This record gives sequence, structure tokens and C-alpha cells, in this order.
Amino acid sequence: MSPVHYVALSVILFVIGGVGVLVRRNAIIIFMCIELMLNACNLAFVAFASMHGNLDGQVIAFFVMVVAAAEVVVGLAILMAIYRARRSASVDDANLLKY
Amino acid sequence: MSHQLLAAGTNADAISRETVFWILAILATGAALTMILVRRAVHCALMLAVVMLCLATMYAMQGAPFLAFVQIIVYTGAVLMLFLFVLMLIGIHSSDSIVETIKGQRLAAGLAAIGLMVLLSLGIGHAALGPPTHQNDALNGSGNMPGIAQLIFSTYVFPFEVTGALLITAALGAMVLAHRERTSPKPTQRDLVARRLASGHLAPDPSPGVYALHDAADRPALLPDGSTAPESVSTALAQRLVEDEEPPAVMKEVES
Repeated sequence: MSPVHYVALSVILFVIGGVGVLVRRNAIIIFMCIELMLNACNLAFVAFASMHGNLDGQVIAFFVMVVAAAEVVVGLAILMAIYRARRSASVDDANLLKY
Repeated sequence: MSHQLLAAGTNADAISRETVFWILAILATGAALTMILVRRAVHCALMLAVVMLCLATMYAMQGAPFLAFVQIIVYTGAVLMLFLFVLMLIGIHSSDSIVETIKGQRLAAGLAAIGLMVLLSLGIGHAALGPPTHQNDALNGSGNMPGIAQLIFSTYVFPFEVTGALLITAALGAMVLAHRERTSPKPTQRDLVARRLASGHLAPDPSPGVYALHDAADRPALLPDGSTAPESVSTALAQRLVEDEEPPAVMKEVES
């Protein structure tokens, strides 16, 4: 398989994740869609690594995974704090600064 | 054994690689689409797990066994479990509202998606994407993991150190965010006793159907035929009752 196929698949997954972030209202699902986008990026990185025949892409994908793990921890903690205050995980309910 | 398995994943012949790729690609795309369409958050998480496992297999096929295992352990194992854990705290039945709060948001999102797709496809079309450069030998000449370790601890050692700082910051941030400030002082044991005395209900609630009229421990249990069961009272309590020379009120009632 040529890396083009993998990159095309990663584009598709990235766009699906982006649509999910735009359309869904539940904050946890939005988070999962962001994870999907990060995974799509990782797939592209690994495809580029195998295309160029060196390991740099794989190392970058590894760093992306570490950063994603840290991001999930903080993001879910923020989500829990919001849930405790507003009793809802919907992004529409966190509108205290809106009016 | 595991070496043979990995080699089977990375050095399989072209046709089987192609077949596996298409199966996995369709599976991953379908799972991702289902993920943004289903309403329940738990189903979403399960679909995300399917996508992640597909991607892990693809990493293994592209000569990245280390990343494949990290993907399974860190993403499917840790991150997804964290998601499910938070889902459990928030409520397993949390589902999305299907009301559009902004008018025409879905349509706009669809248009934006098409635009992004076109943009990315054009970018990739212009990029020079050649065939893989004899990946498995070049990538895994002295083994995949030693190669990655060499890169991380030589070229990328500074980003690696910064990653450590990032992880500590994330842990601290999670601790700060999860900490709840107390608005009232913590009740002491004395406060608890006072509250219980004020409530007028000293003993714990009796088990249902055990005691006839009172829930004190020195009252015997009521049997199905209406008689009492003296052996249900602890012998220590029974001795104390004899010393007091005064049978409890309920016993008298039941006996009479």
C-alpha cells in the first residue's frame, strides 16, 4: 500500500472528527472527536515516516500521543468541574459569560 | 514467536496487505461516522475504540510496532478508560440533545467539512508523495524500538524533557481542578453525636420485619406465628435485663 492511501484515510478521519466537534453538544463526545482528529494526525505521521524511510515521523507521533494523554487528563478534570457546578455536560449550558 | 507475528504484520505480501488495508479503512471510517451519529456517549466511546484498534493495526502494517503497542496501551487502554470513567461519574445515560441551538449549524458544519476536505485533498495532491522507501529495512534495520530510543535520546532529547514538564503540569492541573473547596467546616465527632441526639433516633434503623414495636436491641424478634424469639436477644443483654429485674414493655405486651 502506498502512503497516499494512508494519508487519504487520515484526511477522512480528520474531517469526520472536525464535523463531530462542530455538530455535537455533549462535551465528552466533543472531546472524543478531538481524540479522533489527533489519531488521524498520528496516522499521517506514521505514513510519512514509512514514506521517507526514517523514524522521525514515528517519534513525532509518539510525542503527539503523550501530549494527547496530558490534554485528556486536564480536559476531563475541567469537564468534571463544570459538571459539578452546572449539573450538565452540555456545552450549551456553560453560558455564564454569554449575557 | 512474537517476532514472527510482528514480521507477519510488517512483511506480508502486497495483496494481503492491500486487503487488510481496505478492510481496516472501511471499518475505521464506518466506526468514525457512527461515532458522530449515535446519540449515547457510551456508544461513541466504543466506536472510538474500534477506530483506535484499526489504527493500531495500520501502524503495525507500516513498520511501527512500537507505536502500535503504545496506541493500544495508552489510547485504547488508558485514555479511553478515562473517558468511560468520567462518563460513569457524569451518568452513563448522558446523551446529546438533538435541538439545534444555532440556526443552520448542521448545514454550516457540513459545508465547512466539505471545504476542509477539499483543502486537505488539494494540499496532499500537490505534495510529493512517493512510494515507501524500503521501509522495513531502513526503518527497522537495528530494530524499531532501539531506533526510536536513539532518536528520542539524541535529536529529540529537549522535547522529551519538556514532555516531562508537561506531564507534571497536567497532573498538577488535574489535582487543582479536582480539588473542592469546603464551604462549611468539617463536622467533628461531637457534631455528629449532637445531630443524632437531636434527631431523636439513636439506634440504626431495624431490619424490616424483625422487631415488633420497638427497634432497640434488647427487644426480641417477632416470629411469623406472632410469638417472640428470646434467643434473638444477645445473652449479654439478657443478663443485664435480669439484673434490672424489669422486663421490657414489649415482652410484657406480647406475653399478655
